[in-house]
Amino acid sequence: MESAAVNAVYALYSDPDSAQLAVEGLRREGVAERSITVISSEPFEEYEFSRRDKPTWIFWIATAGGAVGLVAAYLLASITQRMWPLVTGGMPIVAMWPNLIIMFELTMLGAIIATVITLLITARLPTTRSKLYDPEISNGKILVGVENPPENSIEKLRQALRATGGEVHPG
Amino acid sequence: MNLETRNKINDDLLRPVLHTSPWFYVIIAVLGGIILAGLGSWMYQMSHGLVVAGIKWPVYWAFYITNFVFWIGISHAGTLISAILRLVNATWRRPVTRCAEVITVFALMIGAMFPIIHLGRPWLAFYLMPYPSERGIWPNFRSPLVWDFFAISTYLTGSTLFLFLPAIPDFALMRDRTNGLRKRIYGALALGWQGTTKQWHRLESAMQIMAIAIVPVAISVHTIVSFDFSMAPVPMWHSTVFGPYFVAGAIFSGIAALIVAMAVLRRLLHLEEYLHPVHFHNLGKLLLTMSLLWGYFTFVERLTVWYGNSPSEMAVFWETQTGSYAPLFWTMVFCNFVIPLPLLSIRRLRTITGTVVASSLIVVGMWLERFLIIVPSLATKNLPYSWGFYRPQPVEIMITIATFAAMAFLYVLFSKFVPIISIWELKVGGHPRPVLTPQEEEEAQELWRVRP
Repeated sequence: MESAAVNAVYALYSDPDSAQLAVEGLRREGVAERSITVISSEPFEEYEFSRRDKPTWIFWIATAGGAVGLVAAYLLASITQRMWPLVTGGMPIVAMWPNLIIMFELTMLGAIIATVITLLITARLPTTRSKLYDPEISNGKILVGVENPPENSIEKLRQALRATGGEVHPG
Repeated sequence: MNLETRNKINDDLLRPVLHTSPWFYVIIAVLGGIILAGLGSWMYQMSHGLVVAGIKWPVYWAFYITNFVFWIGISHAGTLISAILRLVNATWRRPVTRCAEVITVFALMIGAMFPIIHLGRPWLAFYLMPYPSERGIWPNFRSPLVWDFFAISTYLTGSTLFLFLPAIPDFALMRDRTNGLRKRIYGALALGWQGTTKQWHRLESAMQIMAIAIVPVAISVHTIVSFDFSMAPVPMWHSTVFGPYFVAGAIFSGIAALIVAMAVLRRLLHLEEYLHPVHFHNLGKLLLTMSLLWGYFTFVERLTVWYGNSPSEMAVFWETQTGSYAPLFWTMVFCNFVIPLPLLSIRRLRTITGTVVASSLIVVGMWLERFLIIVPSLATKNLPYSWGFYRPQPVEIMITIATFAAMAFLYVLFSKFVPIISIWELKVGGHPRPVLTPQEEEEAQELWRVRP
């Protein structure tokens, strides 16, 4: 992934402590929280910069997916059984005990698929659009930067990033 | 963890992917040859009919269904164990999870093939699927075979996604380390992953939910496989204990398969720095627990039958204890319980070698267990006029051997193209974990929410 088409000011850091200082430095320069981008090859949950995310609805969406699966399974089994009223083993035509198995499986499948779709949509995957990135991230570097900064603040941001020990990208 | 350590992990774990040893081609050729022989046997069976297999009245379920139950059981090695360890946040799991999850996906694929092989006419396998038939024959949702279809499909879908999602960041890593066609393939698999804090947070949230969802699915799968037997009024099948008995056996055989696979990978891919004796030690403890549980279930099941003293069940019981199946039964007991118990319970013996020996025996013992559940009951049904015998034929033996080769083949291929240890998860395991008070923990969690 290349970042050639993206207008950004960023620096690469070798350790998460410096990256945390860089994020704080950008805040002090008045950069809005949502404009600060931090990219790494691993999550750093123990650092504050790694927790700058909104609450996620993914659990509730998974639950809703499960509910859709449950209803779909009930309809699939019961409508099929009514359309072809085959008596087996003395069971009723719509036999809830065995249908519960189908309903359980499709409930879980619904929850799993809803979780994956939510992940893909909220993490904006898959994408082929050029985004801020540097292949050095794969070598363990942490990128801290600002996308599309105002023209008059670029130099100030570079100084802030340099002050915290970052290798500022010249582009 | 400093930059050098992170890069060393990258280099060590990407080495098997980026460099190919001549042994890789040798292994692939040998395993491929065995798979071709298995395919040839299957073709022969298709052209001559099931008569070339040993399946005949009254034993219509034999090697193929034994293999089906065995491989579905082995599939419990991965996703279930990985999900449980993820949920309890066991830090030692990190090098183990992907090795395990891969077993699940491939074992399920192989296991799901057996009902199709067993059909004799595999082109009619679509009868199992819930489709509106032009001929007016709809799938019977009251049949355990249709339950199998739903359970295995759900578990295979969930397990594949459970394997794929945490591999996305590693695909991104490989995208940055390769060129040409490989770069394009890994780039496509990475889905444009950047590694922003938001993406990491969303991925970890999704994995938590997947882990919660996949545990009951895994348990349901083997329970439903047990229903294939316990729903039938066949001696020693119609038992309420079969669900948990099958699940315990599946986890047991799954852990054993995982230990064997890890030991082979450790040796072949030189992963000694990442798959430590402590991983085998911990999995060995888990295996010991499951061995005791398996012993308990086997005892409970046998005692209930013996105490009930029903003539039809006692006929099967004595066939396995002292009759023609007794050598297999007692081999199973030795493989699953008698030998593993000291190997796994004496700390000095719970080494890599000790756990691998115990696990190899358990894999054999669990295959025998599946065979002994299926064949003696069918061969010794309620009335003596319907008694019979079963002798496996070369076609069945060849297909069975080929599936073991297929498992190894797929595993070797996977570890050639994807790092078999999750690189980013391993790195996270090296992060220092601050010791937090409950209040600090709550505050740390709150940070996920307060920022706009």
